[in-house]
Amino acid sequence: MANLATREAYGIALAKLGQENKNIVVLDADLSKSTKTADFKKVCPERFFNMGIAEGDMMATAAGLSTCGKIPFVSTFAIFAAGRGFEQIRNSICYPELNVKIAATHAGLTVGEDGASHQAIEDISLMRSIPNMTVICPCDDVETMSAINAAAVYEGPIYIRLGRSSVPTLNDENTYKYEIGKAVTLREGKDVTIFATGIMVNEAIKAHEALLKDGISAEVINIHTIKPIDEEAVVFSAKKTGAVVTCEEHSVIGGLGSAVCEVLSENHPVPVKRIGVMDTFGESGKPGELLKEYGLTADNIVAAVKEVINKKK
Amino acid sequence: MERDIQKLSGIACTIRQDIIKMLTESASGHPGGSLSAVEILTALYFSEMKVDTSNPRCEDRDRFVLSKGHAAPVLYATLAEKGFFDKKHLSTLRKLGSILQGHPNMNDTPGVDMSTGSLGQGLSAANGMALAGKLDNKDYRVFVLLGDGELEEGQVWEAAMTSAHYKLDNLIAFIDHNGLQIDGEITEVMNPESISEKFKAFGWNVIDIDGHNFEEIFEAIDKAKETKGKPTAVVAKTVKGKGVSFMENVAGWHGTAPNKEQCEQALKELGGAVNG
Repeated sequence: MANLATREAYGIALAKLGQENKNIVVLDADLSKSTKTADFKKVCPERFFNMGIAEGDMMATAAGLSTCGKIPFVSTFAIFAAGRGFEQIRNSICYPELNVKIAATHAGLTVGEDGASHQAIEDISLMRSIPNMTVICPCDDVETMSAINAAAVYEGPIYIRLGRSSVPTLNDENTYKYEIGKAVTLREGKDVTIFATGIMVNEAIKAHEALLKDGISAEVINIHTIKPIDEEAVVFSAKKTGAVVTCEEHSVIGGLGSAVCEVLSENHPVPVKRIGVMDTFGESGKPGELLKEYGLTADNIVAAVKEVINKKK
Repeated sequence: MERDIQKLSGIACTIRQDIIKMLTESASGHPGGSLSAVEILTALYFSEMKVDTSNPRCEDRDRFVLSKGHAAPVLYATLAEKGFFDKKHLSTLRKLGSILQGHPNMNDTPGVDMSTGSLGQGLSAANGMALAGKLDNKDYRVFVLLGDGELEEGQVWEAAMTSAHYKLDNLIAFIDHNGLQIDGEITEVMNPESISEKFKAFGWNVIDIDGHNFEEIFEAIDKAKETKGKPTAVVAKTVKGKGVSFMENVAGWHGTAPNKEQCEQALKELGGAVNG
């Protein structure tokens, strides 16, 4: 499998899961063709609920279903899930620690042409701040499918951040072992650590290759679970390399960069440079153009690495 | 189940006394909208709902969602009277470490089916429970209590569409129509009238009753059960602060606890009701 969007992998995984586990129910807010929950609807129509364009109602309905032993997967675009549904997620799902899985698609700038109104760049920050919530951002189709399977057996609320655009497959579906909360070291290195999440993991690997040519050995770690973050892995690698770059398709405020800085500043401070959306709204454009325009490419990571290495003592 | 009105009136009076006592003890909380809903909760928990105090999360039980979560005292007093937990807990309302939080949390209090408090979310959660019941072919019912001021929340109407769209005839929503909210009369703050017409327009079976009259409450429940393919809204005309003369129909008693003197006065009036 290659070059699937994580939302497409979600649809495939969900349809399969739904046939295996009769407790799984799916709710969507009039976007099932885009979020790919329509794949589930096709095979388990009686357990698919279209809630119309009403995200707040959808979240709290899912909460009610979960109190009766159902495992609701709730989907819409990330901006509406985490944004419109924030308070319902907080009060009706996370406070009572209910077993609801929020699979939010079309996260980040790569929504593309729809523009800023539809580009969620704050959702990790919002979801991460709610007690009891787990936040997952898979990097490819293989990781997405594993994460969805893991979410289904995990007891408690989870936010899974998925993208609209195709991404290359990085993980081997035959050997990849996914564990919630466990960082994955993709490339070993000694000069700098690049912590990346979601679609930026691929850019981090490209940066790793480019840096090798300049004689820089960059460790690349995929932080697929932003909360709870793998503190041990973050500190261990930072101790080894002494410099850190974080990469995310999200605001630099409150997301992976913030999470890594929180861990390092309290445990092992090192120079850090955050790659992400610099506290600004996006705009319409092609996904690739937007990533370039907002500084989310391998070239940007390479530049950040050089900057941060220079700050090492 | 037994519908002994005289017995239920006695229970309602005890619940009112407990509400007053616990609010006085905590010096914090919401008396007005708790007192207006006493008969509704008494009727549900003592003559209608299938619940098991020794197994509060029994799968086949009827569910109750207090969407107007600030009326937690009436729910707590009712659950304690029913035997879900020891009445000694009532005096810990809103205190640090209590099983009785300011607004209901299902994981803290035995018998509470849903965490509520942020208005407008309870009907959605109740819909979820009713949908699950339909999926599993269970015959439990889901009861939900909304405030009339709460109807100003847009999510209530999203949820009202959902209940009707999915034909949730296993769901009965009571609207505690006491006419007041924190800032004053609901018709002046943000008029939600006509409540009955709105629910009808949303595809609901609607029944208007006196929310302090047990016979009318039971009649409404019976009619709701006979209605197939539609959820039922019972618009219950009530008196905010019911049973305590100085609290009745006074918006100021929405979220103010009585002091000791007021408590004594209230208990005296409520005691009179028991004997009279």
